[in-house]
Amino acid sequence: MQLIYEKSVPGRRGVRLPASDVPAAPELPAALRRQEPAALPEASELDVVRHFTGLSRRNYSVDTNFYPLGSCTMKYNAKALEEAAKLFAPYHPMVPLLPHGSSFSQGCLGLAYELGAALAEITGMDEVTTQPLAGAHGEMTGIMLIAAYHEAKGNKKKYVVVPDSSHGTNPASAAMVGYEIITVPTAPYGDMNLDKFREVMTDEVAAVMMTCPNTLGLFNPHIQEICDIAHDHDALMYYDGANLNAILGKVRPGDVGFDVIHLNLHKTFGTPHGGGGPGSGPVGVKKQLVPFLPSPRIVKYDDGCYGVDAPAHGSIGRTAGFFGNFGVMAKAFAYITMLGRDGLIQVSEQAVLNANYVMSKLKDVYDLPYDQTCMHECVFSAARQVKNEVHAIDIAKFLIDRGYHPPTVYFPLIVKEAIMIEPTETESKETLDAFIAVMREAAELAGTDPAAFAEMPRTMPVTRLDETKAAREQNVCYFGC
Amino acid sequence: MSTASYCPNTPEEVREMLAATGASSIDDLFRPIPPGLRARSFELPAGMSEFEMLHRFETLAGKNAQHLSHFVGGGYYDHLIPAVVDHLAGRAEFYTAYTPYQPECSQGTLQALFEYQTAICRLTGMEVSNASLYDGGTALAEAAMMALRITGRNRLVIDGAVNPFHREIVRTYLANLDVELVEIGPKLGMEDDLRLRATIDDATAAVLVQNPNFFGSVSDFRRLAADAHAAGALLVVSAYPVALGIVESPGAMGADIVVGDGQSLGNPLSFGGPSFGFIASRKEYIRNLPGRIIGETVDKNGQRGFVLTLQAREQHIKRHKATSNICSNQSLCALRGLIFLSSLGKQGLVELARLNYDKAEYAKKTLGNLGGVEVMNGGATFNEFTVCLPKIAEEVVTALLRKGVAAGVPLSPYYPEMERCMVVTVTEKRTKDEIDTLARHLEGILCS
Repeated sequence: MQLIYEKSVPGRRGVRLPASDVPAAPELPAALRRQEPAALPEASELDVVRHFTGLSRRNYSVDTNFYPLGSCTMKYNAKALEEAAKLFAPYHPMVPLLPHGSSFSQGCLGLAYELGAALAEITGMDEVTTQPLAGAHGEMTGIMLIAAYHEAKGNKKKYVVVPDSSHGTNPASAAMVGYEIITVPTAPYGDMNLDKFREVMTDEVAAVMMTCPNTLGLFNPHIQEICDIAHDHDALMYYDGANLNAILGKVRPGDVGFDVIHLNLHKTFGTPHGGGGPGSGPVGVKKQLVPFLPSPRIVKYDDGCYGVDAPAHGSIGRTAGFFGNFGVMAKAFAYITMLGRDGLIQVSEQAVLNANYVMSKLKDVYDLPYDQTCMHECVFSAARQVKNEVHAIDIAKFLIDRGYHPPTVYFPLIVKEAIMIEPTETESKETLDAFIAVMREAAELAGTDPAAFAEMPRTMPVTRLDETKAAREQNVCYFGC
Repeated sequence: MSTASYCPNTPEEVREMLAATGASSIDDLFRPIPPGLRARSFELPAGMSEFEMLHRFETLAGKNAQHLSHFVGGGYYDHLIPAVVDHLAGRAEFYTAYTPYQPECSQGTLQALFEYQTAICRLTGMEVSNASLYDGGTALAEAAMMALRITGRNRLVIDGAVNPFHREIVRTYLANLDVELVEIGPKLGMEDDLRLRATIDDATAAVLVQNPNFFGSVSDFRRLAADAHAAGALLVVSAYPVALGIVESPGAMGADIVVGDGQSLGNPLSFGGPSFGFIASRKEYIRNLPGRIIGETVDKNGQRGFVLTLQAREQHIKRHKATSNICSNQSLCALRGLIFLSSLGKQGLVELARLNYDKAEYAKKTLGNLGGVEVMNGGATFNEFTVCLPKIAEEVVTALLRKGVAAGVPLSPYYPEMERCMVVTVTEKRTKDEIDTLARHLEGILCS
């Protein structure tokens, strides 16, 4: 498909702007004035509509395809959430920051505050900031809070400990805050190796970052012990909330002993992923970390009104422009409001059932390196298929041709040829059965005609792409007309 | 099953599925969780239908002041959004898709982001762009860290006329790192950038400025760029994309890295998010760009296609050695920006910028003619300007807010010595009537 720039016709116009109702002002001085207008597309409105409608049809999406993408919780995004967010589109974030301005923003401040309160109850934390704009941003904010805590206590800390099964963002976020990383290997049964963990734990460890259930989809039964060991060294426990969908209403990280948690509202709380964002990554903390929360902080007064608090003395400061990705927060609050207590509990129950169902129906044809009851996702390995030169990526491409977005492949890194499946609770048994049948077909084809995979996918607008060429040539901007 | 949780399986299906797993009950599936670790509380209200939820949300939204006349900016701007933006970005194939890790079934998102990167390069006068960052402030912080990586130096100079929120984000990002951040006190108008230029030394990684700056002044940074480059430092410019319709591009002024907030390109105010941050640079720095980058390539048949490229910089490969911890972009917001720019087009963006400029010039003149009101910017401004009042600005803004006019951003919280000053923002959405009303109310308050 042509680029919008290639469709451009000099002089063609799209959307018309209002006429000016004020006199034309003298031009900017020459040194400041743009010499050449930016070469943006010149297209009619219909050209633009056809172009982007055409592009949209070259995507898989949750609304068009099953998306069993492990670690990403690609559940259905209810349409009512979109309507809920639109209600708040016209409100300016500077208004509550004006003197006495908060009384003009009670609806928005109230929503953000009550969402934080609901998330605190869901996670067992004392307070939540909604400011972080994505999961990784929440991780960085959480680690900054931990750094501020240690600094206030005069603790000399140098390291952050992560298991080798962790999301890549965990060590990357800790490194952004200046910590060195210690990685702990996984034990044969899929949990963090406890002996190795004890070995690395010293008073120089600032925090331990964990995902529970971990990225293998397994719940660590020793989690409380891990928390206790960390706390003995005055290291704080960080909970990566990416997998919260598995434990809604079942476990609260705050009860277990975690001190900081980030959430991915775009995973657990049903807001759409948008092709890679916007997300929202609120951070919940225990009491001892509250003084360090980012500013501006939304508060609720005794009279039931909401306001914006002056920055606390110990606050780490701003991590983003205003109060967070408010539009995403509004959708998440709408989701929580609609599902309610029982609905949220049902989410984790059905998510875990769906994952175990897929696992039980596929484990005879794919290797399952950690064969236990899983939580919301299960991790297979294509090791058996690799013997016939069919790799996880080949199975992924086979699935594309059959109308499925592939599972996450090659993650977690500790499973060779990983195929990580997270069906989510919103998929029906019929959808899962059809997917299972196709996965079994792939396994069979790997035995009978492995060469067939090389040509897949064939039903998409493009076949397999040359990623090496892209990295070598670095054409990231169109230089044509 | 209750449909409220969007779980479709019937009780009969749940029984069949449980049987297949060998579990005796749903609870049995949760047996890996030790009983002592079960939730101690989960006190949330009962659920409701979407109709009841929307009714409740309408009531909540109604608790915000309605129809305020906005002359406030602070990095977020009340601009027109063409109907095509909502309709096209509202296509579920875009908004319910995931990150395009599987390129063959994600060409729509990938091509759109490639076109977005192209638009950003063309707007800013840069050679390479990533696929977007969180927002303008975090983009500035990422640019600062990028400059530290590129130069291997650990000193940054930031102009005090950069948006104070963005400066605070930079401070927060750098707080735990061994970096010296030198903030130069604000100088209205930047006609004299000598103080900034004098602060650059051989240890300086970058100078960070904003154009137009927080006070609305538009500056020529060519001399600053030359001085920075002579010292081996980079020039980072935070730009306002609508202004780039008529203001010279940062690239043409010598910038090495350009960042900004894309909210004004087709993203609603939405109480401060989501929007997107953009970051673009000269090509030689591409490996130091944070976040996702889309690259052009070909498929096995030689047909053009697009992929995520240079992923070896990113956290999912490099873990703690990554250029940034970023694991997402603001894809949908960037798409909105692209659709916005495509529907306005080359000439439309110039006209939009011109409308902003003309209206602000009219407002500047009208307010400046009021007794006791002084326009502080010495030189050119774009769609914001700073006025000094004969009264405390916070008191004036409070009084005007009660009349339904958000008249401007008082400067004292950010610049304590400027307690009589405020920044007034005038976008294309403000009518002459609104501007005249603002002037009338302001005059009334100043005379009272």
